[in-house]
Amino acid sequence: MALPSAVSNTGGSDMHRRKPGLLAWLILLPLVAWLLLFVVAPTVMLIVVSFAERDALGRIVYEFNLQNYARAFDWVWLKVMLLSIWYALLTTILCMALGYPVAYFIGRAPERWRTTLLLLVMVPFWTSFLIRTYAWITILSKDGLLNALLVGSGILTEPLALLYTPFAIVLGLVYNFLPFMILPIYTSVEKLDNALIEAAYDLGAGPVRAFSQVIIPLTRPGIAAGAMLVFIPSIAMFAITTLMGGGSNPTIGEVIFKQFTSGRNQPFGAALGTLLLVIFLLALWLTNRQREERN
Amino acid sequence: MVFAFLYLPIALLVVFSFNSSKLNIRWEGFSTKWYEALLTNKVLITAFENSLLVALFTTLLSTLLGTIGAWMLHRYRFPYQRALALLIFIPMVMPEVLMGVSLLVLFVQFLNLPLGFTTLVISHTTFCFPFVLVGVQARLQGLDPFLEEAAMDLGATPLKAFWKVILPYLMPAIVSGALMSFTLSLDEYIVSVFTTGAQSQTLPLKVYGMAKVGLNPQLNALSAIFIAATVVVAIISHTLARRKTP
Repeated sequence: MALPSAVSNTGGSDMHRRKPGLLAWLILLPLVAWLLLFVVAPTVMLIVVSFAERDALGRIVYEFNLQNYARAFDWVWLKVMLLSIWYALLTTILCMALGYPVAYFIGRAPERWRTTLLLLVMVPFWTSFLIRTYAWITILSKDGLLNALLVGSGILTEPLALLYTPFAIVLGLVYNFLPFMILPIYTSVEKLDNALIEAAYDLGAGPVRAFSQVIIPLTRPGIAAGAMLVFIPSIAMFAITTLMGGGSNPTIGEVIFKQFTSGRNQPFGAALGTLLLVIFLLALWLTNRQREERN
Repeated sequence: MVFAFLYLPIALLVVFSFNSSKLNIRWEGFSTKWYEALLTNKVLITAFENSLLVALFTTLLSTLLGTIGAWMLHRYRFPYQRALALLIFIPMVMPEVLMGVSLLVLFVQFLNLPLGFTTLVISHTTFCFPFVLVGVQARLQGLDPFLEEAAMDLGATPLKAFWKVILPYLMPAIVSGALMSFTLSLDEYIVSVFTTGAQSQTLPLKVYGMAKVGLNPQLNALSAIFIAATVVVAIISHTLARRKTP
């Protein structure tokens, strides 16, 4: 996935870039208007609603107050938030452990194989995430494939409860977000300078030391980008967590969804959403700053 | 190992979609009866038609916004270009829940738009067009800046130079971006669940409803079709994106 540099670095020699005239502004206007109306405005309004109240019918009453935030920091909801962060952290770590070797292998493979191998990583990612999640449901559910295999072969006498557990939630998240980790790490590995690795060996480093002190630091930009791309959507994801977790231990995304649909407390949902927005912007800012420090 | 982890669940799903047994557990012989049942499932077919329509309009809008935007940002130096770049980037990484709720609040509370087809297309376009824009921009980096000047020296107007010289050069990136928008829109569940009404239920919404209940052989068949389609689209898009020189 592209990072801001791909957008901001518009490239080309600046010599050929002109000052925009009125016509150029007019042509760009739809894009600017779209961004302001459908990216900036909704975000501002979410924040506005988070400070509002609701009446008995669930309608929003615009009277400034902080009770939604006070409620959001109640232990019940704080626990939901912490649980979501925990799942997301676990997912990020597992994706790193699984994804790094793959990215490294592809990045060091002969050049003519690389694109094909990358495509192999990408194809499942292009398939609907609901279908990928459903694929795991058919495997893990009580009358699913794995239980049929275990009971049928006599290893177990009763089917295991695999679906609707935290294990299933994290598995679903890892399965869904793994390519997000592999791609950026691959980009870093591909740029690795062989001479530096050889130099490490020549200077007496063993494979472990060469890996931990030379290769890992050099591919850190990819690891950081991958971590952000996995962590942020994992915290907020709710469809996978509901399908795999059964909804008994809801994540923050599930709670927000419920407040806006069946719970009918939109201001409270908006407050939780605003908190999530803060986490998102913080993560974005951190990654951005890290990258600027390196440059 | 990891490739097996990535592919095994999907492969099993495809294989068992041809199983004649109602439950996945046992293989009871090859059958296409779930596919036949699918073809007569009115609810799913309507949902699929809705999805296609939304994806079509989303792709059109995204391709226009993305291509023109990329060219203008490449060609001219606008003030606040960095802020603009950040705003283009945000919809690509913003958690979908946040995008869904905030658009819902905008549509219902402030614009008074009834939820349905229009709101779906607007929402989908918002997260799709940045992908087109970034792809086209990447290809513009490799553009020879003298190409446009040469066309204009030969008497072409800026519009004609764009139409006859730049656009053909950008075509692979545009088509690849359009395909990406189409698949992203077709697959979108989270943003859709917030921004649609009862009248325009898309396929992912129905798929979610079915998957939530549990195993369903018709869903196996539907999934297999989807998997086959995405593999084809992925390969086409990939081939196009790789064509660096026109």
